[in-house]
Amino acid sequence: MQEIFGLIKEKAEKLFADGSVNRVLGWKKGETEYDRIPSVFESAEELEEFVYDGFCAANLSKYLIRESREDGKIAVLLKPCDSYSFNQLVKEHRIKRDNIYAIGIDCDGKLDIDKIKAAGVKAIQSIEENGSEVIVHTLYGDKKFNRQDVLLERCLCCKGKDHVSGDEFILAQNRVDTTVKDRFEDVRKLEAMTPDERFEFWRSELSKCIRCNACRNVCPACNCIKCVFDNEDSGVAAKANVDTFEENMFHIIRAFHVAGRCTDCGECSRVCPQHIPLHLLNRKFIKDIDELYGEFKAGADTETKGPLTDYRTGDAEPSLISDRGGSN
Amino acid sequence: MPVKTTENGEFKPLIVAFCCNWCSYAGADLAGTSRLSYPADVKIIRVPCSCRVNPLFILRAFQRGADGVIICGCHPGDCHYTTGNYYARRRMTLLFSMLDYLGIERKRTRVEWVSAAEGVRFSEVMNDFAKHITELGENKKLEDLRCKKSLD
Repeated sequence: MQEIFGLIKEKAEKLFADGSVNRVLGWKKGETEYDRIPSVFESAEELEEFVYDGFCAANLSKYLIRESREDGKIAVLLKPCDSYSFNQLVKEHRIKRDNIYAIGIDCDGKLDIDKIKAAGVKAIQSIEENGSEVIVHTLYGDKKFNRQDVLLERCLCCKGKDHVSGDEFILAQNRVDTTVKDRFEDVRKLEAMTPDERFEFWRSELSKCIRCNACRNVCPACNCIKCVFDNEDSGVAAKANVDTFEENMFHIIRAFHVAGRCTDCGECSRVCPQHIPLHLLNRKFIKDIDELYGEFKAGADTETKGPLTDYRTGDAEPSLISDRGGSN
Repeated sequence: MPVKTTENGEFKPLIVAFCCNWCSYAGADLAGTSRLSYPADVKIIRVPCSCRVNPLFILRAFQRGADGVIICGCHPGDCHYTTGNYYARRRMTLLFSMLDYLGIERKRTRVEWVSAAEGVRFSEVMNDFAKHITELGENKKLEDLRCKKSLD
């Protein structure tokens, strides 16, 4: 990853030097060793703070909605999974493609700090990535991890290491495949439960929500100018008065609003402070769409119509669901 | 919460029917003028097209105590706006599948195509749906665990 970091920085400096862009969208160091903040760099000097490592998980494409409307060209760094969101936003005319220089960069899976902390690591001073090893230096000594064991859930069922869009690519010599499981595995597990078990599962998960709106703010598909849940009449301003099912409903409707547009980038689950497995809602829609309306990958290109903005006269009837076997 | 029992203590379901203005709503009218009966538990909400039904409406209905929700629209191919019901069909199929995934009984939701000329069918559909919901009994209460009043 160190060589890639060098190459990206070099490229960004070159772009500033020849004046082809006036800003670069990347990540910079945050307060802690594992906090990486999406950030706009406006000059080669500012690139001093630039960083690219295993914690640069944030999907930068959403920031382009605002940034691509500013003056001048902006260079953006896209990991393979971010390039799907990027394509989807281009398709929806949410970002101005002409104002963007997209650089596809290599990704060998991003690290999950919660998995590292769950192993009892405290007082982290620095984190070293060394190939398939992650070494955490703490006040109480070093701790070694196998990289594969501390990856984010979404990286374990990675969509692929190939970019679907970009003007230029900076890739590593030896590309690592982190995929170890099928992304619908967990959805199938839930489907196999009884309706009562599922009801209990979702109610306990969704009842953890503190409505911080982090999932909504980070989601590249959630880009309405005014969100339906920000309606003053619904009582958002007076939280105590809000209906008792409001938080649950927020997640169900949010998942529905992004159905057919969600690229399964997994940002919602990553940023959730309550660790609600929100990606399982989105993946259920993706799975259903694949099964009912043919395989569809949101963001794979910039032309095809989304499954919910399209129809066939011979589509399945909704009674298909209630006629399904099993209890209830 | 609405009262859901009759004087003899029998369960009386609360059913919300979203009816398209151009077909099922007129179908309900025809059922009325033809002196055909359908259960009074069915509360009809007129919408301009079955496609107008937002998934939020269905969840709100359940949240506010509905036991069943039925959406009635024009037969596929006969939409007043040409294609509205085709979109509604895809949306509702996905939504119903999601409700099932969330453990909300999938047999409490239904989509039926009823034209303006099908007064008899409207009455049959509503009678059948009301019978079905009465058999299923009261719906689970959709609420946040944190708002649960008693720990039963």
